[in-house]
Amino acid sequence: MSPFVLKTGACFFFFKKPHRTTFNQNVFLFLGVKAGTCTILDVVENLGSPLENADPRIRTRGIQMLSEVLMQCYSLLQEQEVTHLVLFYENRLKDHHLVIPSVLQGLEALSMCEALASGLAVSVLKAIFQEVHVQSLLQLDRHTVYSIIINFMSSREAELKSLGADFTFGFIQVMDGEKDPRNLLIAFQIVRDIIVKGYALGPFAEELFEVTSCYFPIDFNPPPNDAHGIQRGDLIVSLRAVLTATPIFAEFLLPLLIEKMDSDVQSAKLDSLQTLSAACAIYGQKELKEFLPSLWSSLRREVFQTASEKIEGEGLAALRALTACLSRLVLSPDDEDLLESFLKNVLQDCRHHLCEPDMKLVWPSAKLLQAAAGGSLRAYYQITSSVLPLLVEEYTKHVQSSQHRTILEVLLGFLKLRQTWGPEEEDKSPLLFPKASLCSMVFSAVAEPNVQLQLVGIQALTFLGSLQGLLEPPDVEMLVDHLVKFILFEEDPQTSLAAMEAAGTLAPTYPEVFSRCLVQKFSGKLKTGTVSEVLEDINPSHQERYLKALAAVSTHPSIVRETVPVLLEQLQQVQEGKIPSDTQFVVSVCQSLQQVALKCQQDPQSYWFFHQAVVPCLLGLGVQAAMQENSHTSKVLLKEEALSAMVPVISTACIHLSPELASQSVSKVVPLFLDGELSFLPGNSFPSTFQPFQDGESPMAAQRRLVALLMAFVCSLPRNVPIPQQDRLLCELLALSCSYDCPFTSTVAAKCFAGLVNKHPAGTQLDHLLEMAMNKLEQGLNEGPHQSQALTLLLWVCKALLLRYHPLTTQLTDKLLVLLGDSVLGPKVSDGFVLLMADSPDVLGKSCHAEVRLMFRQRFFTECVPQLVQRFHAAVPDMKSNYLKALSHILNHLPKPVLVTELPSLLSLLLEALSCHDRVVQMSTLHCLQPLLLDAPHIMSLHIDTLVGKFLSLTDSPTMAIRIAALQCLYALASFPTPVVIPYKARVIKALAKPLDDKKRLVRKEAVAARGEWFLLGTPGR
Amino acid sequence: MLRMAGGTGLGGVGAALENANPLVFRRQGERAVTPREEDEALPDAIDGREVFDLIRAISDPEHPLTLEELNVVEEARVKANDANSTVSVAFTPTIPHCSMATLIGLSIKVKLIRSLPERFKVDVHITQGTHASEHAVNKQLADKERVAAALENSHLLEVVNQCLSGRS
Repeated sequence: MSPFVLKTGACFFFFKKPHRTTFNQNVFLFLGVKAGTCTILDVVENLGSPLENADPRIRTRGIQMLSEVLMQCYSLLQEQEVTHLVLFYENRLKDHHLVIPSVLQGLEALSMCEALASGLAVSVLKAIFQEVHVQSLLQLDRHTVYSIIINFMSSREAELKSLGADFTFGFIQVMDGEKDPRNLLIAFQIVRDIIVKGYALGPFAEELFEVTSCYFPIDFNPPPNDAHGIQRGDLIVSLRAVLTATPIFAEFLLPLLIEKMDSDVQSAKLDSLQTLSAACAIYGQKELKEFLPSLWSSLRREVFQTASEKIEGEGLAALRALTACLSRLVLSPDDEDLLESFLKNVLQDCRHHLCEPDMKLVWPSAKLLQAAAGGSLRAYYQITSSVLPLLVEEYTKHVQSSQHRTILEVLLGFLKLRQTWGPEEEDKSPLLFPKASLCSMVFSAVAEPNVQLQLVGIQALTFLGSLQGLLEPPDVEMLVDHLVKFILFEEDPQTSLAAMEAAGTLAPTYPEVFSRCLVQKFSGKLKTGTVSEVLEDINPSHQERYLKALAAVSTHPSIVRETVPVLLEQLQQVQEGKIPSDTQFVVSVCQSLQQVALKCQQDPQSYWFFHQAVVPCLLGLGVQAAMQENSHTSKVLLKEEALSAMVPVISTACIHLSPELASQSVSKVVPLFLDGELSFLPGNSFPSTFQPFQDGESPMAAQRRLVALLMAFVCSLPRNVPIPQQDRLLCELLALSCSYDCPFTSTVAAKCFAGLVNKHPAGTQLDHLLEMAMNKLEQGLNEGPHQSQALTLLLWVCKALLLRYHPLTTQLTDKLLVLLGDSVLGPKVSDGFVLLMADSPDVLGKSCHAEVRLMFRQRFFTECVPQLVQRFHAAVPDMKSNYLKALSHILNHLPKPVLVTELPSLLSLLLEALSCHDRVVQMSTLHCLQPLLLDAPHIMSLHIDTLVGKFLSLTDSPTMAIRIAALQCLYALASFPTPVVIPYKARVIKALAKPLDDKKRLVRKEAVAARGEWFLLGTPGR
Repeated sequence: MLRMAGGTGLGGVGAALENANPLVFRRQGERAVTPREEDEALPDAIDGREVFDLIRAISDPEHPLTLEELNVVEEARVKANDANSTVSVAFTPTIPHCSMATLIGLSIKVKLIRSLPERFKVDVHITQGTHASEHAVNKQLADKERVAAALENSHLLEVVNQCLSGRS
C-alpha cells in the first residue's frame, strides 16, 4: 500500500491502481530504462517488496510488471544484468503456479536478448523441462514456452545441440498432448527444425514420431467466425512437412499410411496418399523395400474401386511418385533392382485386364500402368515394352469400333507420356519393336468410318509423327496422304479440323513432305477452281477448307513462303474479276491470312516476310478497287465486311514489328494516304490519283473507305515508333470523322483518331489537338446532319482518354451523361457505354500497344455512377431507361469482387431496373444481382418480397437468356436463411411448374434445379 | 401404412452394407449444348436423355455413388414421349435381393414428379427379371396414394431428400 518511488521521480500507486493502468506505468519505466535514467536493477530493487511478497497474487503482479518492462527493453540489457535476471527467473519457476505465466513471459523476453551469456539458454530450457508441466498451462502460456524454444533454436543452435538427445526428449514432453491448433502450428515447426537442422534424435525417433503422428490425419474444422484464420489445410501441410522430413520415420510412417488408406474416411485416404507422394521424394531402397507389396495393393485398390475422382487422381500421383523414387535408387552390385521387381508386380496385376474380352477394367488398369510408367524413362520403357505389343495384339482381336477406340485411347495415353522426357536416341525405345504393327494399327484405325475412332487415330498419328526418326519416309507420306484425305473429303467437321491441327503440328518436322503432298495439292485445287471448272467445282465449303488447311499448315518458314502468295493470289483474282465476287470468300481468305500471321509471330524472319508481302498487297488491291469506276465485281473488296476482315490481318502483321522495321514501313504507308505516294504498291498501273482525304463524291468516297486499312496499320504500331506528319494526319482524320454520311468511314476515322490520341505523348501538342477535337464535337453535337457521327467520335475519344487516365475524361463523361437525357441521342448514348467499358480488340486494346491503365473500369465506375444515379432520379420517366441501360453496361463489365462491395448502395436502383422493359437492362440486372444473392444474403433478405415477385415474373420473358438468368436467381434465393424464404415456398414451387414445361431445354434445366432446391427447403435431410 | 423400405430398408443404411464392393461404371459427360438448343425460336422436345439427366445424379442410399455409376439407371432404359406426355424408367438394382430397391424407386419417382411438367404420366419400375420381389415393388411404386403416404413419413422423406441432394 505504500507509494512506490522510482529514481526518475515518478510516483506510482502500484497496488491501488486498477489493472489497466499498468501499461502506462510500464511505458514510463521502459522509457526510463531506455533513456538511461534508471537501470533494470533499479526497477528490480524498487519492485523488491512485491517480488518478495508472501501473497502469490501480489508476487504475480510484481513479476508481471517486470516481465512487461523486459519485453519492451530486452535489447538494451547488459550481459551481466541478463545473467542475474535469468537466474532470478529460473528460480521463480519453482514458485506458486499462479506466478508461472508471468515468469515464462519474462523468460521469453530474455530468450530474445542478444547479450545472453553462453550456457544460459541450456539452463533455462533444462529448468523449464524440469519444473514446468507445460500441458497444464493455458493456451497462451504454452505458446510462450514454444516461443522460448523457437527463439533459442534460431539464436543458440550450437548450444542446444550440445544437450544431445535430451533436448529432443524434453521437447517431446513439452508438446505431448497439445490440442490447440495455434500451438500445434508452432510445435510442428519446431519438430521440423529439430529434424532438418540435425538435432540429435538419439533413441527418441519413435517417440518424436508418435507425438506428432497422433494428429494424422488432421481432423480439424475451424469454428465459424474463427478469428485466428487457421485452416485445416495449414495444419495438414505443416504436419506433412514433419512426417516427411526424414527417412528415419519411414518404418513408422509407411504402416500408418497404409492403415489410413485402408480406412473408410475419404479425407484420411486423400491425406495419406498425398503424404505418401511427399515422402517418396526422400525415401530410398532401405525404407521402401519391405512395404512395397502392401503399398501397391492399397494403391491398386484405390484406383480399381474408386469412389471419387480426387482419390483416384491422388492414388495415381502417389504411384507415379513411388516409381520415380524407385528409379532414383543407387544400387550396389548385389542389390535387387526394386524398380524392376515392383513394375513386374504392377504388370502382372494389370496386364491381364487389358486382354479380358469384356474390357471391364481396362481403364483403371491402363491408368495404373500409365502412372507407373510416368515415374521415369526407365519405368516407361519397361512398361511399354510389355504393354504396347499386347495392345496391338488386342486391337486385331476385337472387331467393334468402340473397342478399337478404347484400345487406341489407351495407346495414345502411353504415347503422350513419352513427351514427359526430352528426345533421346529412339533406338533403345520399345516403341521401335512393334513399330510396323503399331503404324499399321493406327493407319487402319483412321481408315474406319467412325468419327470418334478417327479423332483418336489422328492424335495417335500426330504423336507417332512427332517422335523423331520413328517413321520411315514412306510412312510419313502415307500419314500426310491420310490427313489430306480427311481435310478434303471428311464430312464431319471435327475430323477435318483435327486433321488440320495435326498437319500444323507435324509440318515443322516434315516441311518438305507437307509442301509437296499438301500445299501444292491444295493450291492447285484453288487455281483450277478459278479458271476452267467454275461451273463444276464451286463448292464454297471445299474452298473454305483449302483456305483453312493452308493456314493451319503454315507452321514452318518454308511453307509460309509458299502459302502466303497463294492466298494473296486469291484476292488478286477477286479484284480482277476472275472469280465470281463473293464477300464470304474474301473474308475466308483474310481469316486464313490472319491465322498465318499469328503463326509467324514467333519467328521474326517469317513475320517480316509476311508483313512485306501482305501489307503492300492488300493496300494495293484496295487502291485499285477504289480507282476502278463502276465495275460491280471489283467493289467486293471495298465492302464493309471485306475491309473489316482485312483490318485484323494488317493489325496482326504490324503488332510485333521491331521499331526499326516499323518505322521503315510507316514511312511509306502514311505518305500513301496523305500525299498519294503509290510507288511502293505492287502493280504499277493505277489509272488516277489516290486522295482519300480530299473532298468530293464518287471516286473519293470509295477511296475514303480505305482509311480502315490505315487505321489497322497505324494503330497497331508500338508507341515508340514516330509517325511522320502525325499532326496533319490527325487533323485530316478529325475532319473526316464528322463530315460525311457514310457511317463506316466516319467510324473508322474516329477510331483511328482515338487510337493515335491514346498513344500521343502528353504535352501542349496533345492539348491543342484535344481542344480542336472538343470544338469539333461541340459543333457536331449541337446541330446539323452529322450528329450521330459526332457522338461516335465523342465515345471513341472519351474511351481513348479514359484508358490513359487523362484529366479531360471527366469533361467528356459529363457530356455523355447529359446526352443520356437527350430524346434523340439518348438511346444511342446508353448503348455506347458498352464501347467505353468493353475491351476493344482492334485499336484500343493492350495488344495494339495502346496505353491501358489497369483499373480504368473501377475509376470510371466511381467517378461516373454517383452522377448517373442522381440524373436518373431527376430524369423524365421516358428517359429513365437510358440511364438504367448505361448503368447495366457499366456494372456488367466490372470485376465481380468490386461489384459485390459496391452494389448494396445501388440496390434500390437495381430493383427498379428489374421492372424496366428493356431486355438488355433486365438481363444485366439479373447478372448483377445473382452474385449478390449468394454473397450478401443478409442485405438481400430485406427485399425478399420484391425479389421473389420480379424473378417469377421474368421466368415468363420471351427471351430465353432472361428466363434462364431469372431461374438461376431463384435458385440462389433458396440458399437464403430458411425462415426468410419458407413463407414463399408454396408460391415458388407452384409458379415454377410452368417453366418445367418451357419449350427450351436449357430453360427447363434451370427450372428443375431451382424447383428442386425449393422443394428441399425446410424438409429433413436437406 | 407402407411397408416400403421403412423397416428393413432403413435398417440397412446404418448396418453393414449389402453390396459393399460394387462395380463402378463411367459417368457420362454433361449433355453438349447444340446450336439448335441455343436458338430461341425452335422448341426442344423432352427426350430420353433429358429425363436420364434428371435422375442420373441421384445418389445411392448406401454408397457415395450415383445411380448412374452403379448402372442402376441407364440411358437406354429411359423412355420419354413428349407428344403423349409419358415417361417410363426401368431401373436395375445392383443385386437381386437389394432391400433398397423400393427406396431407390421412390427417389426416382419423387425426382421425376418434382422435375417434369404436370402433364406427364410417370412410370418407374424394376427392369424385368432383376429383382426377387420385382412385382411387389412395382406395385408399390405405381400406387399414387402409397407414394404420397410414404412422403408423409419424415424419416423416409429425409433419406429421399438426401439421395436427391446429389453430390456436393
